Amino acid sequence: MSFPNLLTVPKIDKTGVEERVNRFCKRSIKNSSKTHGLHLALSMIDLTTLDGKDTPENVKRMCYKANHLHDSLQGIPKVAAVCVYPTMVKYAKKELKGTKINVASVATGFPSGQSSLDVKLSDTKFAVNEGADEIDMVISRGKFLAGEYNFVYDEIASVKEVCGKAHLKVILETGELDTLDNVRKASEIAIYAGADFIKTSTGKINPASTMSVAYVMLNAIKDYYKQTGIKIGMKPAGGISSSKIALQYLVMLNETLGHEWMNKDLFRFGASSLANDILMQLQRQESGYYESIDYFSKD
Amino acid sequence: MSNIDLNKIWNYTTAKESKDHILLKEKYDLFINGKFVKSKSRKYFNSVNPATDEIIAKISEANKEDINFAVKAANTAFKSWSKLKAKERAKYIFRIARMIQERAKEFAVIESMDGGKPIRESRDIDIPLAANHFFYYAGWADKLEYAFPNTSHEPIGVAGQIIPWNFPLLMAAWKIAPAIACGNTVVLKPAETTSLTALKLAEIIEESGLPKGVVNIVTGGGKTGSEIVNHPNIDKIAFTGSTKVGKLIKRSIAGTHKKLTLELGGKGANIIFEDAAIDQAVEGIINAIFFNQGHVCCAGSRLFVQESIFEIVVEKLKDRMSSLIIGDPLDKNTDIGAINSKEQLATIKKYINIGLEEGGEIYQKKCSISEKGNWFPPTLFLNVSQSHTIVQEEIFGPVLAIQTFRTIDEVIEKANNTPYGLSAGVWTEKGSKIFKLTKELNAGVVWANTYNKFDPTSPFGGVKESGIGREGGLHGLKAYLKFK
Repeated sequence: MSFPNLLTVPKIDKTGVEERVNRFCKRSIKNSSKTHGLHLALSMIDLTTLDGKDTPENVKRMCYKANHLHDSLQGIPKVAAVCVYPTMVKYAKKELKGTKINVASVATGFPSGQSSLDVKLSDTKFAVNEGADEIDMVISRGKFLAGEYNFVYDEIASVKEVCGKAHLKVILETGELDTLDNVRKASEIAIYAGADFIKTSTGKINPASTMSVAYVMLNAIKDYYKQTGIKIGMKPAGGISSSKIALQYLVMLNETLGHEWMNKDLFRFGASSLANDILMQLQRQESGYYESIDYFSKD
Repeated sequence: MSNIDLNKIWNYTTAKESKDHILLKEKYDLFINGKFVKSKSRKYFNSVNPATDEIIAKISEANKEDINFAVKAANTAFKSWSKLKAKERAKYIFRIARMIQERAKEFAVIESMDGGKPIRESRDIDIPLAANHFFYYAGWADKLEYAFPNTSHEPIGVAGQIIPWNFPLLMAAWKIAPAIACGNTVVLKPAETTSLTALKLAEIIEESGLPKGVVNIVTGGGKTGSEIVNHPNIDKIAFTGSTKVGKLIKRSIAGTHKKLTLELGGKGANIIFEDAAIDQAVEGIINAIFFNQGHVCCAGSRLFVQESIFEIVVEKLKDRMSSLIIGDPLDKNTDIGAINSKEQLATIKKYINIGLEEGGEIYQKKCSISEKGNWFPPTLFLNVSQSHTIVQEEIFGPVLAIQTFRTIDEVIEKANNTPYGLSAGVWTEKGSKIFKLTKELNAGVVWANTYNKFDPTSPFGGVKESGIGREGGLHGLKAYLKFK
């Protein structure tokens, strides 16, 4: 691990990024490639509930949903993980015992990250001790915008240390970073500080993930891989509510990082309502007509 | 350096645009004096789909008598059309624009079938831009006194217009819209290999009720073109095509009263500095050369890379090329379609051989290519210099010649070291550098941090051997008016 050379971080042209992203959105994904894409997207979902009003009960219901997405549809994959607050980890863990579904926990003073390093580290340790397989931490955006890049780097590195075996996803909260240049810079810092995944957003700030932001992050992952041979994962989160958008992200992934990234070990969607929309589309691929959304359970 | 394999990508199933909604006749005649008429030559030639080698329609070949007839019709129509109230002229042009929009999908499919360009481009670029040109110039028709205040001007007369095969409908729009907006009448000849959308436009013009003879569309090859150029009753020639033919035209009308605009070849310099936004620049370089299979007069066919970023740029270019999809122009996912004609394919191959013989190092995208039709993979040439033929001459195909440079002055000198002067591109995040280069590059259009952007409001045209005059924008009106 070393601090990235921020002088050589590529600059980003926003208009150019938007044009490129627009091209991805124009790919026409039909029939078998659509079914394939929808299956893939479903398997990459981190089913999420991150509310102040969360209780063990609603977390349990969501976990059941994660394991029984839509039992009347044959041969569909399960979601990759559920994503909850640290205090909910043990309930999720219990509910998902025996399944291959991971439990991810947000930590480090999610969503604002405005707490001391001690609090952040104990928050993370608590989640890991409760059994979290994955930790979704937030970076200190205030420090980042104030130019204290070393602080941001050190914080990520410290959290990584206490994660142990748990995978670390680093949330950049791109909606607060203002420019794509900043997104790229923050991606570099997170990757070099030890992130297993970089993640766009908490879902608590508007805008959450956009294709442009995700594209910039994918390119950071690509350049890092080319230099080091190490594969970093990517997780866009928030705002990905429909199958159509999910497929557009997959097209972008496919044409930027290629097939080796097209799996849940290296790509996730942080989303709550996406799963049902995909299920509805898959149902339609099978039967030829759309069923009412009320046929798909909301938990 | 670790490699990323984008070839074994999640395969998109074919997403073919339907052909059910298009109407094509077996045979197309000439559109003269407001209706389709048989040519006096009685001869027809084939219009071939360059992706399948199928004959899609037979096209009439206009001879001298036909051109006489068309020019006569245009002359007669000029008397009343030039006197018609400008706002009435505008209404017809607006109507044509709207009718193109209404039938955009049909035009897009025919454009791709006839010319080989991917449907994504004909649908998103060619056809909408063609409609926009009509809209734009319709707007000017009754405002010419505000376009050129304190001047006295009038239409020129009959315009003979000869257009190329790379953007068939769009070039027809570039030519016809400003001409008739200013009160001129038109005899237009589309390129031999791509006459269909111009003839479909003739159908729209017929339906629109535009007074007969204002727009006449005649088809044929070079011979038909020279009948137009040399016709004594034509007052203005507008030609888009090769520099070679442009020079011939200029010679043959020297000493006559004819006005002239020429939009000719180019060898656009695309310059990337070490301080550029590199991924977006690479994307721009790809679009600059591979847009429309490189059949673009302003294509960025000469790439200049600053030495410090040479390796990374080449690596990123190769990487981006590997995700380009080459194939059926009617597939919505196709990025690169078919080469327009067998002749053009032979020309490209000729240049590739010359490039290799002169010691260039070639890199081509690996792709399986159908036996039928005309195809050529996206190609890079490394290890070439200003002295190499493929750096000097226009190839008009998907072939990019890459050179390096060290300093700003060096690259300006090299970029300007060509008989052409149509287009250039600059990629840097430093504003002052952009201003220096746009000032010192000798080209009709210089794009900064983008490439191949077209808009009806923006004039387009070349300096040096790339042409005379401008099309588009206010400049485009000037070419169709006489100032007193």
